[in-house]
Amino acid sequence: MSSSVATQPSAPPASAPPARQPRSLVTRVLARPEVGALAAAIVIFLFFYAVAPTFRSLPAASTYLYASSTIGIVAVGVALLMIGGEFDLSSGVAVTTAALTAAMLSFQFSLNVWAGVFISLAVALAVGFINGYLVVRTGIPSFLVTLSTFFILQGLNLGVTKLVTGAVATPNINQLDGFASAKAVFASDIDLGIITLKVTVLWWILFVAVGTWVLLRTRVGNWIFASGGNEASARAVGVPVRKVKIGLFMGVAFLAWFLGMHLLMNFSTVQAGIGVGNEFVYIIAAVVGGALLTGGYGSAVGSALGALIFGMTTQGIVFAGWDPNWFKTFLGVMLLAAVMVNLYIKNYAARRK
Amino acid sequence: MTDTIMEHAAPDLHKGESLVEMEGVGKAYGAIRALEGVNLRVGAGEVTCVLGDNGAGKSTLIKIISGLHAHSEGTLKVDGKERHFGSPRESLEAGIATVYQDLAVVGLMEVWRNFFLGSEIRKGRYPMAPLDIKAMREIADQELQKMGIYVKDINQPIGTLSGGQRQCVAIARAVYFGARVLILDEPTAALGVKQSGVVLKYTAAARDAGLGVVFITHNPHHAYLVGDHFIILKLGRRVLDKKRSEVTLEELTAEMAGGQELAELSHELKR
Repeated sequence: MSSSVATQPSAPPASAPPARQPRSLVTRVLARPEVGALAAAIVIFLFFYAVAPTFRSLPAASTYLYASSTIGIVAVGVALLMIGGEFDLSSGVAVTTAALTAAMLSFQFSLNVWAGVFISLAVALAVGFINGYLVVRTGIPSFLVTLSTFFILQGLNLGVTKLVTGAVATPNINQLDGFASAKAVFASDIDLGIITLKVTVLWWILFVAVGTWVLLRTRVGNWIFASGGNEASARAVGVPVRKVKIGLFMGVAFLAWFLGMHLLMNFSTVQAGIGVGNEFVYIIAAVVGGALLTGGYGSAVGSALGALIFGMTTQGIVFAGWDPNWFKTFLGVMLLAAVMVNLYIKNYAARRK
Repeated sequence: MTDTIMEHAAPDLHKGESLVEMEGVGKAYGAIRALEGVNLRVGAGEVTCVLGDNGAGKSTLIKIISGLHAHSEGTLKVDGKERHFGSPRESLEAGIATVYQDLAVVGLMEVWRNFFLGSEIRKGRYPMAPLDIKAMREIADQELQKMGIYVKDINQPIGTLSGGQRQCVAIARAVYFGARVLILDEPTAALGVKQSGVVLKYTAAARDAGLGVVFITHNPHHAYLVGDHFIILKLGRRVLDKKRSEVTLEELTAEMAGGQELAELSHELKR
């Protein structure tokens, strides 16, 4: 402090320090984004446990965990993107694009499967980058940008596949070099003694853990919340909002690629038309898990609970022997309830106390 | 309350020394001239008030100093060196911190995360180094207590604080991170009388700690409480530019209320 600034500071506001009281446990727990999803997951688990005897077995658990993981892997990325304030409607078909790219490149050029896998990764990341770049450069809402990407990719998936293979599915790649090792990484079964799990379940848990860690324990996580919560404010304090958003789109693209690789290695062939509609499932998982549509709030664990609810319900309805058509209705009700619970929690968390 | 400001204010500030000087600065958005020929000087330990009605060019002026938009004419000097800011980051690095009226903080984030947003403390320098959450919580807590802002829990979302407290956290943050020039954009516009008082006290404290303050407002009463220099903008031009000793509150109020125009209007509406 320079001595040349000799002016005395004005009198401090004379407010006596009130006793500091940390918020109660209940308040803190209720303010967590995933609390609604956790309650719903428990209710749904108990419900199917009660009505469907086959649901109680360990192999059944393995089945619904697998179904959940195929949703949950991409949903982690989608949840982070939504916390960052953006949408991705192209994530469902991007999965298929990644799988088709790897399958056709490997097969047509008789490459090692791993070559196809990595070229496909580059393609997927490029799509994610373009999505993000267009959103931050043009200021067009990501809803519209990725809706365009969705249609472009959907058309390319079918058009290019038909052009290259003459059919709407890729040839079987299970005779190519590297298929066995790729399958071990992306689609093997892991025997844990009491239960046999698809490896995707373990990957899913890993991605959720990484997502949670990034969100809550790193600088980038802080920037993601700020970019979605108040973009102008974040920019004003020096947060590189554009880079964060492009990175989030690329994160979704990476996870879509990962799921694409699983589908390819699991079935060794890919139908060009699949994936349409799944983008909504990922978004629903994220929203049910507490992510706000307006950004700035949500969690990776929440998206996992959302995916788990989805997986338990799809499989539970089958185990209970009901008409699976009811599932969509359930999904709609679930989404509506989740949005209302989220709104309530957001207002509760932001209320002056 | 001022301990924190005194401790963290940059040590090389000398009262009266020019921090920011603008000469003939103007900005055109296409064919629209939002600002024209504005001269403004911010000295260390001084508050320069910029007053004006809606659309007077106040926001454009802030955006130029804070790096959101570059000026299209005139010169902007910071610490005697001519600058042309291309991004808020550049302006921040030059020691200029802006506290915006409504977007000072991210409402749903915890108080401590807001305090350190954009300048987080990490446990290493590698790209994904974990945050030092414990240290950040402790520092934010101490700094706010020193300023007389008592939050129940440093982990509560900042949206649960009052408007005045949020402004004060934003000001405390700017000062803590070594700002030399503080730009306050309508800090009291959305606040009640008592809350405004708190914000004005921090403004005065920042001034007394040797910072240069640009106080943007449309309230001449608030401006006159803390200001050393007053500039009134109207339709992008300066209509008044006076030191505290040369102007009275009545003059400021009359000029803000419309001056000559108001006199004409009152004549027209005479009953």
